[in-house]
Amino acid sequence: MSPLLELDGLSLSFGGLKAISELDLHVEEREIVSVIGPNGAGKSTVFNVITGIYDPTEGDVKLGGDSIAGKRPYKITRLGIARTFQSLRLFLNMSVKENVKSATYGKTKATPLESILRLPRARREEREVDALAEEVLSFFGQRLMGYRWDQPAYVLSYANRRRLEIARALATRPRLLLLDEPAAGMNPNETHEVTELIGRLRDELGLAILVIEHDMHVVEGISDRVVALDHGVKIAEGSYRSVARDPAVVEAYLGRDPEALAEE
Amino acid sequence: MAQIGIDEWVARSGDRRDDGSGWRKLLARADARVGWWQRLALVALVGLIAGQLLTNVNTQTVAFNSLLYAMLALGLNIAVGWAGLLDLSYIAFFGLGAYGYAVLSSTATGSGGTGGIHLPAIESIPLVLVVAGVAGVIIGLIALRLTDDYLAIVTLFVGQAFMEVVNNIDPGTLGGVNGLFGLDPLHSFGGRIESPIGFYYLALIMVVVLAGILHQLDTSRTGRAWRALRDDPLVASVMTIPVNKLKVMAFSFGAIVGALAGTVFAAQQDTVFPTNFTANILILIYACLVLGGVGSIAGAILGGLVVTIGEQMLSSPNDAGYLFYGLILIALVVRIRPWRRLAAVVGGVIALGFAAHAIVAAVSSSAVAGAPGSSGWIGSAVRDYVIVPANPATYGNVLYVVLICALILLMRLHGTRRLIAVVPTVYIAACCWESRLIVNPAITTQIMIGAILIVTMAARPQGLLGTRRVETLQP
Repeated sequence: MSPLLELDGLSLSFGGLKAISELDLHVEEREIVSVIGPNGAGKSTVFNVITGIYDPTEGDVKLGGDSIAGKRPYKITRLGIARTFQSLRLFLNMSVKENVKSATYGKTKATPLESILRLPRARREEREVDALAEEVLSFFGQRLMGYRWDQPAYVLSYANRRRLEIARALATRPRLLLLDEPAAGMNPNETHEVTELIGRLRDELGLAILVIEHDMHVVEGISDRVVALDHGVKIAEGSYRSVARDPAVVEAYLGRDPEALAEE
Repeated sequence: MAQIGIDEWVARSGDRRDDGSGWRKLLARADARVGWWQRLALVALVGLIAGQLLTNVNTQTVAFNSLLYAMLALGLNIAVGWAGLLDLSYIAFFGLGAYGYAVLSSTATGSGGTGGIHLPAIESIPLVLVVAGVAGVIIGLIALRLTDDYLAIVTLFVGQAFMEVVNNIDPGTLGGVNGLFGLDPLHSFGGRIESPIGFYYLALIMVVVLAGILHQLDTSRTGRAWRALRDDPLVASVMTIPVNKLKVMAFSFGAIVGALAGTVFAAQQDTVFPTNFTANILILIYACLVLGGVGSIAGAILGGLVVTIGEQMLSSPNDAGYLFYGLILIALVVRIRPWRRLAAVVGGVIALGFAAHAIVAAVSSSAVAGAPGSSGWIGSAVRDYVIVPANPATYGNVLYVVLICALILLMRLHGTRRLIAVVPTVYIAACCWESRLIVNPAITTQIMIGAILIVTMAARPQGLLGTRRVETLQP
C-alpha cells in the first residue's frame, strides 16, 4: 500500500538557488513525522510545495498514491492536507468562529442565491458548519470557547492565535496535518500542552502529522520518525535518538568540531 | 476554582459593559438586542414616514438621490469593502446600467425621433443586469492578476474607457456628448412610475431589499470567503477558498448592483449624459462608502444619505451657512472641556470679531464696506462682525490660504496654546466664509466635503458605522 504522503525526488529551484534538492520523504497513516534543521534549511519551503503554493521544479508529490504536484492550493487542501503557518496568518479582522468557518468553504456547496434565500441546503450546511466550528474549537478546552467566539482574531494572545491556526486547519477535515513550528514563542507550560495536543490529534482524530519544530523536547516527545534537512538536502532520517546523534545533524546545527577540522 | 484556560476578568467583560449606565451604554445594550431585520424594518418605516413628509419636488428628488447613492455605495462595498479589491471601474457599470436602460426604452435605435426599442422595465432591467454581470466577470478576469495599486490603475482606465466609448461611438446610437433623452418612464404590467415621489418609494424598496440580500450574503459562506480573501488571499486559498472565482464574483455582483442603480437613475432622470459618469461621481460614491464605514451595510446607506444631503445643503447658501457654523460649534462643544474653557473660547471668538471689525472700520471704512455673503439672520448677525471689503475676491483668496496655514498650525500646537490659537482660527474661517467661500457654492461644496471627510477619518478611521480593522502584515 502506498503511504499517505510521498515526496519523490522533489526539487525546487528559484533561479540558480536550489531550495530543495532530490528530497524523498513519506508519511504513513496516523504517523507523526518531525522535520528539523537549522534556519533556512528549506523546511517551510517543503510545506509550501506540498500545499501547492510553489510548484516543484522536479519530482512528484503524491497523496494516497495520486500525484498532487501542480494543483492549486485550494484543491490540495480539499483533498485532505491542511496546514498552519509559522508566521501566524489568521484572518485578523474576522471573529474566532468565522476564522474556523471560513475554512469550511470547500466542504460546503450552497450557491450565493441559496444563501441569500436561506434555502434548505444553505441552512443545513450552516448548521453543520457551526457544529464543526464548535467541535474543533472545543479541542482546546475552554481557551477558544464561549465569549471568545465572537471576538476578532486580532485581540487573541499569541498562544491562542497558534491554537486558532490549528483549529482553522482542522475545520478543513484533513487526513494529513502540516504544523509549522506550533510551539514557537510559547512558554514551557504551553509548549508541554502543544506536545500533548499533537498526540491527541493523532489518537482522537486519526490524523497523520508532519511537523516542523525547533524545540527538541517537543520533537522528542511526539515523533515516530525524524527527518533532518540542511540546505534543502535530507541529511538524516530515523528515530529521534539516532537522528539527534547523527554527526551530519550535529554538524549542521553546531558546525564541525574544530579538532576534527585540524586533523584533516 | 477557576477553570484552566479561562481568564475570569476577560470573561466577564461583557457583564461589565452591560452593568453600566448612561446613554452610551443604554444605546449599546439596545444595539445588542435588536436583530438585523428589525433594524431594516425600522429603516423602511422611517423612509415611508419621510416619504409622507416630503411634499415638494425638490426635496423628493434629493431624497431619491440620497437613496440612489446609498444603493451605489452598497454595490461598491461588495468588491471594495468585503473582497478588498480597489475597484475604480465601478462607475462604468453604473453608466452601463443607465445607458442600457436608455437604449432599451427610448427612440435611440430608431430614426427621426420615432421607432427604437421600448421594452417594459420587467424585461429591460433584467437584461441590463445580465449584461452588467457578464461585463463584471470580464473585467474581473482581466483584473485577476493585479492587486492593490495596479488593480486601481487598470480599473480606473476601464472607467475612463467607458466614457470615451460613449462619447465617441456612433452618435446616432448613444448620442455622444449630447446624451440620450426622452426615455420612457419606468413601466411594466400597465403601471408606470413617473413622479419624483414614486421614484423615491421605488428607490426605498430597492435599498431595503438590497440591504437584506447583502446581509444574507455577508453572513453566508460566500461573505466569509470574501472577507478571508480580503485579509490574506494566500491563506484563503490554502483554506479551500478558490480565490480567483471569488474575486470575479465580487466584481460581477458589484457590477450588477451598480447597473441596477444606473437603470433607476436613467429612468428617473429621463435622460443620460456621459458627464453623469465621470470620475467625480465615482469619488463621491467612494466618499459615501468611506464616510459610512467600509465593509458595513448600514454604513453605506448612512454614507449615501449624509453625503447627498450634505452636498445639497452646501449648494444652497443659506443651508450651507447653517452647516458651516453648526459644524464649528459642534466641534468646539465636543472637543473643548470643561465648559469654562469652552465659554472662554466662544467669548473670545465673539469679542475678537467685533473688536477687529471696530478697529479696521476706524482705520479704513472701505475695508469693511462689503456685505457678508450670508443672507437672512446669519447675515445680519455677522454684519458688524466679519471684515469684508468692498471687492472681496482677492482678499478672500488670501484669507483662504491663511486659514489653511492656521489650521495646520493648530494641529501642531497643544494644550493652552492650541486653545488660544482656536480663537483667531475660527474668526479667520468666518471671514473667509463670508467673503469668499459662500460666494462660490459649487467649489465650496467640494472643499467642505473634503474637509468633512478629513475630519471624520482623523476622528474615526473606520467611518461612522464601520468596525475597526487591523491590516495583516504580509511577510
